[in-house]
Amino acid sequence: MPQNEPEVLSQAFTLGYTYTRSTGPVVGRFLTGLRERKLIGNQASDGKVYVPPMEYDPKTAEAITDFVDVAETGVVKTWSWVNEPNEKHLLKKPFAFALIQLDGTDVPMLHMVDAGSQEAMSTGMKVQVRWADETQGLITDIACFEPASEEGKVAEKPAVAADLEPVTGVESPIYLEYNFTAGKATAAFLSNIKKGKLTGGKCPECTAVYVPPRGSCPACGVANDENVELTNKATVQSFTIISIPIPGNPIKPPFVVANLMVDDTHQSFLHIVSGCDNSDVRIGMRVEAVWKPEEEWTHAMESIAYFQPIDEPDIPREEIGKLEPSANEPSANEPSANEQPSANEKGEKKDA
Amino acid sequence: MRDIAVVAYAQNPIVRDAGANNEVELIMPVVKQVLKDAGLKDIHDVDFTCSGSCDYLQGAAFAFVAGVDALGAVPPIKESHVEMDAAWALYESILKINMGAAESALIYGFAKSSPGKLAQVLSQQLDPYYYSPLWPDVVSLNAMQARAALDAGVLTEEDMAEVVSRSRANAKSNNKAQLSGDYSVEQLLEEPEYIAPLRKHDCPPVSDGASAMIICTVEKAKEWGLPYAVIKAMDHRIETHNFGARDLTMSESTAIAAEAVGVKSAKVDIAEIHAPFSHQEIILKKALGLDDNTVVNPSGGPLAGNVMMAAGLDRIGEVARRIINGEAKRGVAHATSGPCLQHNMVTVLEAE
Ligand SMILES: [Zn+2]
Repeated sequence: MPQNEPEVLSQAFTLGYTYTRSTGPVVGRFLTGLRERKLIGNQASDGKVYVPPMEYDPKTAEAITDFVDVAETGVVKTWSWVNEPNEKHLLKKPFAFALIQLDGTDVPMLHMVDAGSQEAMSTGMKVQVRWADETQGLITDIACFEPASEEGKVAEKPAVAADLEPVTGVESPIYLEYNFTAGKATAAFLSNIKKGKLTGGKCPECTAVYVPPRGSCPACGVANDENVELTNKATVQSFTIISIPIPGNPIKPPFVVANLMVDDTHQSFLHIVSGCDNSDVRIGMRVEAVWKPEEEWTHAMESIAYFQPIDEPDIPREEIGKLEPSANEPSANEPSANEQPSANEKGEKKDA
Repeated sequence: MRDIAVVAYAQNPIVRDAGANNEVELIMPVVKQVLKDAGLKDIHDVDFTCSGSCDYLQGAAFAFVAGVDALGAVPPIKESHVEMDAAWALYESILKINMGAAESALIYGFAKSSPGKLAQVLSQQLDPYYYSPLWPDVVSLNAMQARAALDAGVLTEEDMAEVVSRSRANAKSNNKAQLSGDYSVEQLLEEPEYIAPLRKHDCPPVSDGASAMIICTVEKAKEWGLPYAVIKAMDHRIETHNFGARDLTMSESTAIAAEAVGVKSAKVDIAEIHAPFSHQEIILKKALGLDDNTVVNPSGGPLAGNVMMAAGLDRIGEVARRIINGEAKRGVAHATSGPCLQHNMVTVLEAE
């Protein structure tokens, strides 16, 4: 098959986690204070007052237990000017990130300053807290800092419910946007899937064929970029019956997911087995790809609707996915054929 | 500490976007290259393998596991990974050799930062209660450090521009560099501020790439008949994650590590400094105790190409390469990790 440069396939996606974190007593006390629109610091062994409070003394490593109330005004020690906020920044207009040393404390804290313009910012300027309209026990209960008013007086604070439990945990939503690009081997494989063809990557050293290919023969550490066209026939290497609904999965349980070894390949992949009773599925069973209608072919394995049984004798378990002895040149890597599937499970899990 | 020899080092061309190359396809060429340069057949000819990478950069969970597919790790090898710059993978390998558990090791570092928004991704390495909810991007944090140093009179904007000018000029002779060329200080200072006080050229480029290195005992290097550079000493120190509590205008951890490895005990011909931002080179040069008799960042340094998780290893590789070539007799390599130079490693390399 001719070796054409594969098209570059990319896909935008958001990698999202909302971590639930416990605060411990020190951070929790600070965040509880913020919810009440109060600033609480603590005092280390050398007399230094930290805001936000530190759990351990950076010099002695002892727990710091001495909590103190802290002023809402302070001084900018250093700052950077963000002229074009990015989509994650909390202020939607030009602002400063700054290290702000609150009056009566010794260690500056990181936050933002809304000064209106870069010209209004200076090292040493006096700033005061601007509280968020609603507080939740998060560092963002401080909306930002702003240049201190003449009297150094902070605006009237809305009342805060007094009977809340102390803050013991926070949710940290982290949603990052990426534009994932498939590797050369994966791109070539998926381009062929879109054409209704199943192809594999052949290792030039041990001759093993991988489907889908991921760029290398993991056993030999060389590129397996020779694409070989494959049949639609495969053997069930292993399987499981899914009996519980999976969130976001349109397929209704119970259904069979199997490790399938396409003929003349040496690494299994996951797909659905259907078109028979689930109880008839067995290791060694012969199956064949059932492609969706051509207009539904995409750069995805879902172009194959499922694999269905065919009327061929079962393959003995120990022969599934084995390299032909004649094709297996003498190699220091013997018995590589046995080890390849397990070496590749890591790759399978990555996409799961 | 036993003297350990660097016998091979290889780096891919550093690019803004590796496009349709996945991590395996990035790593394979450099692993192949160092094995070839060391005259070794395959990965089983070294006793230990250790890598440095961070899955958050490309947003692919377990990408570091996929990296192992580049090695040919069948039969299984002794392997480890650090979610850090590969300079620390080198450190782990040296510990392994010093323990007597290995005589040789292959180290590699790689990153594909192009799929994500690097400045935002890195904000999520910060304290999850006090810092990361504010989404302080990496440029803003380093801009605060630059201003602190400017305000303290530690450096000037001209000094910063001079670093950039020299880096880009040095990179002209480095065919792996991403950014190079002739830029005068005046020309650079005419550029607008980006995140003040930093201009775009004060920041490192976003880079994709991979690097690999082979080390071994000096006895082994002699047995293999290879030219080598000797790692005479290595030390790393870390400062508090609370950067408000640090003096950002200096690098205390670098100074302690430099003292511990005896940087000043003899003439330093060359130094490769892992200073992603221009002002940091000035802070670090001072902390390392270097004077103007030392050629700093002859490769162009991180301002000419900054592959996350490899740029620290690259500094050590660049010094080793020049010692092996006979361009220098004694060199110092520095690697950093964490926000605003939180964690720093200093390595002294010498010709035999
Ligand atoms: Zn192979």
